[in-house]
This record gives sequence, structure tokens and C-alpha cells, in this order.
Amino acid sequence: MSDATARPIKVLIAKPGLDGHDRGAKVLARGLRDEGFEVIYTGLRQTPEMVVSAALQEDVDVVGLSILSGAHMTLLPKICAGLREKGMDDVLVTAGGIIPDDDIAALEQAGVSRVFGPGTTIREVADFIRTSVKRREV
Amino acid sequence: MSASLAERARDGDRRALARLLTEVENRTAAGEAALKILYPVAGRAHLVGVTGAPGSGKSTLVAALTGEARKAGRTVAVIAIDPSSPITGGAILGDRVRMQIHATDDDVFIRSMASRGHSGGLAASTVAAAAVMDASGFGLIFIETVGTGQSEVEVAAIADTTVVVQSPEMGDEVQAIKAGLLEVADIVVVNKSDRPGADRAAAQLRAMLTVGASADRAAGDRPRPKRPDVMLCSALTGKGVPELLAALDRREAARSTAGAGARDAAALKRAEAQISGILSQRVAAGLADPARAAARDATLAAVAAHEIDPFTAADRLLALLGRRGEG
Repeated sequence: MSDATARPIKVLIAKPGLDGHDRGAKVLARGLRDEGFEVIYTGLRQTPEMVVSAALQEDVDVVGLSILSGAHMTLLPKICAGLREKGMDDVLVTAGGIIPDDDIAALEQAGVSRVFGPGTTIREVADFIRTSVKRREV
Repeated sequence: MSASLAERARDGDRRALARLLTEVENRTAAGEAALKILYPVAGRAHLVGVTGAPGSGKSTLVAALTGEARKAGRTVAVIAIDPSSPITGGAILGDRVRMQIHATDDDVFIRSMASRGHSGGLAASTVAAAAVMDASGFGLIFIETVGTGQSEVEVAAIADTTVVVQSPEMGDEVQAIKAGLLEVADIVVVNKSDRPGADRAAAQLRAMLTVGASADRAAGDRPRPKRPDVMLCSALTGKGVPELLAALDRREAARSTAGAGARDAAALKRAEAQISGILSQRVAAGLADPARAAARDATLAAVAAHEIDPFTAADRLLALLGRRGEG
């Protein structure tokens, strides 16, 4: 228990923006639970400020953003900037949903580590998180 | 570093508070060191335990009470506990969904905790986390348990005031006279009062829970269950929420004006609950020590093979803990 690697990875799953399609986010939350992660689910229609604040209070290792509304180029960079502004540059940000390939480079530039498209398996997401997450020293 | 984290949390740095809660939750040396600094400053907040069955509306009620307290400018912290999977160790912490309206309010701090194998409705480090929030200046702290059944009463030992949330469909009067959760309530809330049957449920609870006052007087020193207030409330519409917060405040006022004896008894009970939790954790950690692995495994195997009984085995393991690294 004192072993830092034994503690579960904490992931925030949030749906920024106004689309109401949360099945994907819920399935992912459930799948990551089964992979042994502690998943904080915040529900629908989150503003960037709400996502950043929840990530801060919960001190998560990962923020996973699900977005299908098309507003990803506006909302996701805002969330990444908000996290940096609060000193959480070490938090891994991933995104999923309907995001055109052409936008991915710009999102990565903004701070999203990986964009997962339709057809991604839970295992791929879990493996990516496990290998990429920064376990923080105190 | 940990000292400065504790000081920064105490001085209102929310990021430091969040980091510190992680240390405390993971029971790190840094977390324990910080508690040494913060524990003496804690003890001012009103700790309100909120418990009840899954889906009874605990999170929505906590969110509504938080909103009510914020109208008066009070600072509120919430610890919301959800169960960990006994199989994978993973968890879905979903209580925030009902509370996100307060997410960007700097004077509200919400923290989810997974139970991580702890039974009783809380997580092992819930009390320590509450102490950190208390020392960080939050005056009202809600501790929302996992969805409970009938016997997860641990929250009552660590909270100043315990609220048991029921929904109108709780069952008949026989449910109300069963031992367990309802006995430790200071306030029983029949939530979802906008639904049919709520008045009747409240009347049944009142009838069954408030009997026996004269028996109390006759009982002398024998321990008696509490006689809770029964209140109707709809967390969804807000009806009854101001009254509930007022009732909580009355409880707190009565507690702080109660004689030192009553206060000390409650504080001692909480101290005992905390220390016994830490003791079991230390015992578990001690036994997990690789230096003791061989002796521990041999003892477990002996019980599995019915060579010795589990009581003798436990005594042997306790004796083993007294020795250092003899394997």
C-alpha cells in the first residue's frame, strides 16, 4: 500500500460542450473501471472551467474528454490552457468522439496527448494511459 | 516539501489542498507528516455524515444543502465516497455529476474517494481527509458514504451529525424498527418528497423511531439508540432544504453548547474509530513486509491445512509484528 505504483490511476471523464451523447463516455468510464482505474465521471454539458476545476479538486492523473458536437477546436484548447494555468501541466489530456483527422495536429499542439477515434478499444486507451501517465513525486 | 504543502493548503491554496488529499488518501509518509501539522488546527468544522441506500438522493441532497449554505456565504467541503471494485480495484466515482453546479465556486471543494476495500461505507482515510479540509478553513464538511444497506454505521462514529436519507419507497414499518443504520441517525430525511407516499413514509418512520422516550428515562445508563428527527425534503425541487440545513445548524449549536462531557465523549469515540482504523492498516502493512513473508505465509498455510486454528494464527502474527525482520 505504501508502494506508489500500486495506487490506482485517477481519470476524470468529462463531456465538454452541448451535445448530449454520453453513451461513449459512460462505456469508456465503465471500461476503465474494469481496467483498475479510479474514474471520476462529471456528466454532460461541462464548461472548460468546470472541467479544469474538477481536475484540480480531484487531483487526477488523466483528463479524458468526450466530444461529438464539433466544438472541439474551441473547447479542448481552452481546457488544456486552463490546466496549465492552474499548474497542472503534468496531467495527461486525451480526447475522443467525432474529431476529424485534419484537426488532430492542432489539438496535439494545444496539449492533447492523444485523440482516439471511433473503433478504439478500451484496452488501447488503458494501455496508452498506463504508459503515458506521469506519476508525480512529492 | 510536505510541510509547505500543508501550509499552503491551510492558507487557502486549493491545488495544494488537492495534492495533500492525494497524499493522505494514499497514506504516504508526506501525508502523515502534513497531518502532524494540520491536525492541531482541525476540529472547528461541523462534520455532517450523509448516508442511505444507493439512489436515495444523497449526492443531490448534498448539492442542495451546499447551495443553501453558500447563500449565507459559508464555505463547504464535500467528501463523496463510492465503492471500489473488489475484483479489479477500479471505481466509478459519480457523485460529482449531481454537484457540478458548484464546481467553479472557490468556496466549495468537492473530492471523490474510492472505498479501496474498506467496508463500512467510508474509505480508510476519510477522517484524515476531513481533518485536512477542516484545517484548510472549511466550516461545513459533508461526508457522503457509499450507497449503504442496513448496517454500515461507521459514518456515525466519525461525523458530528449523521443524516440518513430514505426514499419514499423504503418499505413498511418493519423496515423502520430494524436495528442498524436508522438507529444511528440524528436526522432521518425522507427525500423525494415530491413523490407519492413520502408523507406516509415519514409518518411511519416518526411513529416507529420516536417511540420509547419513557423507556429511555427508565433505562438509566444502558445504551439507547438515538431518537432522530424525521424530516421531509425534495433535493430536486429544493423543498425542505433550508429547513434541513437549519436543523443541522441547530444540532451543531446544541453540540457546541453541550457540556464538556458530552463533547469529549463524541471526540473520544471519533478518536477511537480513527486510531483503530490506522492500527489495522499498520498491522496489514507490517504483515505485508517482505521480511516477514515466510513466517506469515507459513502461518496462513497452517490455517488453510487446518493444522492450527485462526485465533492461534492471529496471535502468532501479532507476536511476529513485535519483532523486526526476523522473517
